[in-house]
Amino acid sequence: MSSSGSARTVDARLSGFATLPWRRIILVVLGATIAFVTVAGAYKTLTLPEGERYSGDFWIDQIVNGLGQGAILALIALGYTLVYGILRMINFAHGEVFMAGAFISFFFADAYLKSGFLDSNTYLALLILLVVSIAGSTLVAILLERIAYRPLRNAPRLVPLITAIGASLFIQNAFRGFFGPQPYGYPLPTLLQGSIAIFGISVAKVQLLVFVTAIVAMVVLQIFVNRSRTGRSMRAVAEDSEIASLMGINVDRIVVITFIVGGILAGIAGVLFALTFQQVQFTMGFKPGIAAFTAAVLGGIGSIGGAALGGFVLGVLQAVGPPLLLTGFGVPSPFSLKDAFVFLVLILVLVFRPGGLLGSGEAEKV
Amino acid sequence: MKRRPWLTVIATVAALALVASACSNDDDGGDAGDGDTETAAADEFGTIEVAAGEPINIGTLMVISGADAALGQDSQNGAVLAADYLDGAFDGTDGQLLGHDIQWSHEDELCTAEGGQAGGTALAADPSIVAVIGTSCSSAALGVADTIMSEKGILLFSPSNTNPALTSEEAHQPFYARTAHNDRIQGAVVAEYALNEQGATKLATIHDESPYTQGLTAAAAVNFEAGDGTVTVQEQINSEDTDFKPLLRSIAEGDPDVLYAPVFVAACSLILKQAAEIMPDVTIMASDGCMSSDTLKNAGDAVDGVFLSSPDISVFQEGEFYSNEFIPAYQEQFGTEPTSVFHAHAFDATNVLFDAIEQVAVENDDGSLSIPRTALRDAVFATSGYEGLTGIITCTELGDCATDVTIGIFEGPNWPVEGGAKPDTPVYSDTKSLDDVL
Repeated sequence: MSSSGSARTVDARLSGFATLPWRRIILVVLGATIAFVTVAGAYKTLTLPEGERYSGDFWIDQIVNGLGQGAILALIALGYTLVYGILRMINFAHGEVFMAGAFISFFFADAYLKSGFLDSNTYLALLILLVVSIAGSTLVAILLERIAYRPLRNAPRLVPLITAIGASLFIQNAFRGFFGPQPYGYPLPTLLQGSIAIFGISVAKVQLLVFVTAIVAMVVLQIFVNRSRTGRSMRAVAEDSEIASLMGINVDRIVVITFIVGGILAGIAGVLFALTFQQVQFTMGFKPGIAAFTAAVLGGIGSIGGAALGGFVLGVLQAVGPPLLLTGFGVPSPFSLKDAFVFLVLILVLVFRPGGLLGSGEAEKV
Repeated sequence: MKRRPWLTVIATVAALALVASACSNDDDGGDAGDGDTETAAADEFGTIEVAAGEPINIGTLMVISGADAALGQDSQNGAVLAADYLDGAFDGTDGQLLGHDIQWSHEDELCTAEGGQAGGTALAADPSIVAVIGTSCSSAALGVADTIMSEKGILLFSPSNTNPALTSEEAHQPFYARTAHNDRIQGAVVAEYALNEQGATKLATIHDESPYTQGLTAAAAVNFEAGDGTVTVQEQINSEDTDFKPLLRSIAEGDPDVLYAPVFVAACSLILKQAAEIMPDVTIMASDGCMSSDTLKNAGDAVDGVFLSSPDISVFQEGEFYSNEFIPAYQEQFGTEPTSVFHAHAFDATNVLFDAIEQVAVENDDGSLSIPRTALRDAVFATSGYEGLTGIITCTELGDCATDVTIGIFEGPNWPVEGGAKPDTPVYSDTKSLDDVL
């Protein structure tokens, strides 16, 4: 009797201990620590002695560059989020869909440079490059869906995930096999070289093009999803594919269209990326792919607005975060910690908002 | 359980032998190879027996696939040409060494530590391998292939590793040597050029995760500061990144006169293009890891006025043999101009190795050969005053066989590679000895 009595006291004490809102306490302490470190780091960085301190122009340049990067990430992130919304699967080969478009358009860009067409008819040439890149990316996306994902539509979730990783490696190595491992220089038309001043801020012309194109693409996507008949079907399938099919929606068709839309966006991102960095290589899809996936999760996977926001936030964070928070603490080479920094932010966002910035607020099982 | 005593005995003998060899190396590393028959009998790493009519098996461990394949294939070609020249002529048929053919075992080191591990282990597992010419990349050797080979007593002789750590007191492995220059010299010449010829007072450097780039930037920074210059920042990148603009923008804040970024082709061409945009007034310098036709193609106008340091091959181009016999033979057999700079170093390393084999191998009555491993290593390390394509080769105790090195500085686009503008001669050139630099 006595032993069971003492056990009950321990239980009672434990339950009293357990009834404390631990989750909340940990969150508050963590939040306070982060806020303190952020403010202290930023304060220390911004009040470094004259000469060691970054100039105002520095921060403006970093933000402009970050937005340009973010626009590309956002376009790729939309592909992840669309597919996730419809199929609840992570298409890890999406980075390669992006690479395929950029790589295939390179051969046209290079030919146009050599023939002089790129500089004599820049707008037409850019349009053709865009179309070629979109065609390349879309083709790869459709093949992926047909060959790698559709047969596994009803398999356990882990199966298409592993398949996606396998497909990613396959596409990378196929490009390596066809075109070799070396980087290729992507030409930039003379018209897009140099920079222009907007409100006194110097912005590279390419970056402006990237930004405007990305915004236009996102607006068109938003209209397509919200206003068109197909868009409505997509939303219905995302809501519940079984009911949607009972209502007469051809789910297979909607899935293919989703992959096509993702491919189109990735193709646009591919040309923009290639024009920004003027280099394509078979490995180029991997890192932006991971970064864009991060952006999609950061914004709330499955949410279109979230992916766009996540992309821009991530782009700016990469450029501004490390110098702002780490320089003040005397961390050497803050930019080499860029990736670590971004993932730290991702973890923290997910701790406080498990569904991402614009997500449902609940954790999605990925 | 019964085997235990045996193991103990073997282990003790091996340990004693190791200690003995360590002592003897320190004492008389200089005059090994003089007692053929005695050393052949008892060598703690054993003796390679080559039966009559069997070939002598020599390994190569170069990067022969992937983005840096041009570097490794070029060295491999240089080594293979040395076997061709054994009969005194570049005629496409290999000569013989002590009446035996040469057989090559080519392995790939992928220019990574993992590749060095895999390729090195494959070669070390083959008991017929006499020695290995390699590796191409320092990352494949440092702490990986150099250790694997030294544990087995197989000489690893690199024509193209330049990282200082490989032959430093702390990290040198007993069976590792190289005919490539030590980057302490290259870094010193870069610093000297920046200080004296560019009049720079402030230097910024960028390296990536590879030991090659870290060794170079460290050497340049130390020598730059020794010359009363200031190093504003030493940054690190990830070689697979594409957007270096945030980093370059932050480097520009320090207002350096010279940016030294000796990274490899893909990252290098990106940095050249992005730096041209962000810091047009800063002089950009890099090193031979960036010197490639691909960089010229990819970076376009951005290579103009970019200074690359590299071993000055115009020094060996002055040699009649190099220009009139070696290069034509290379072109005829491989159908291309040399794709990188280390073919001559590989040719030299292989010839030094052949000479050492001739010195220490015991020719038995039945036509077989016995090559004692430690004696072979000692004979290579004892090389002194050998006249090679790349200059006079004298090996130090720590395995540096190129002690006096001429480094040239080449101004883009006049780089001595396919696609570079002519004349591809250096704008500055200096010969330094390992003892002269920090």
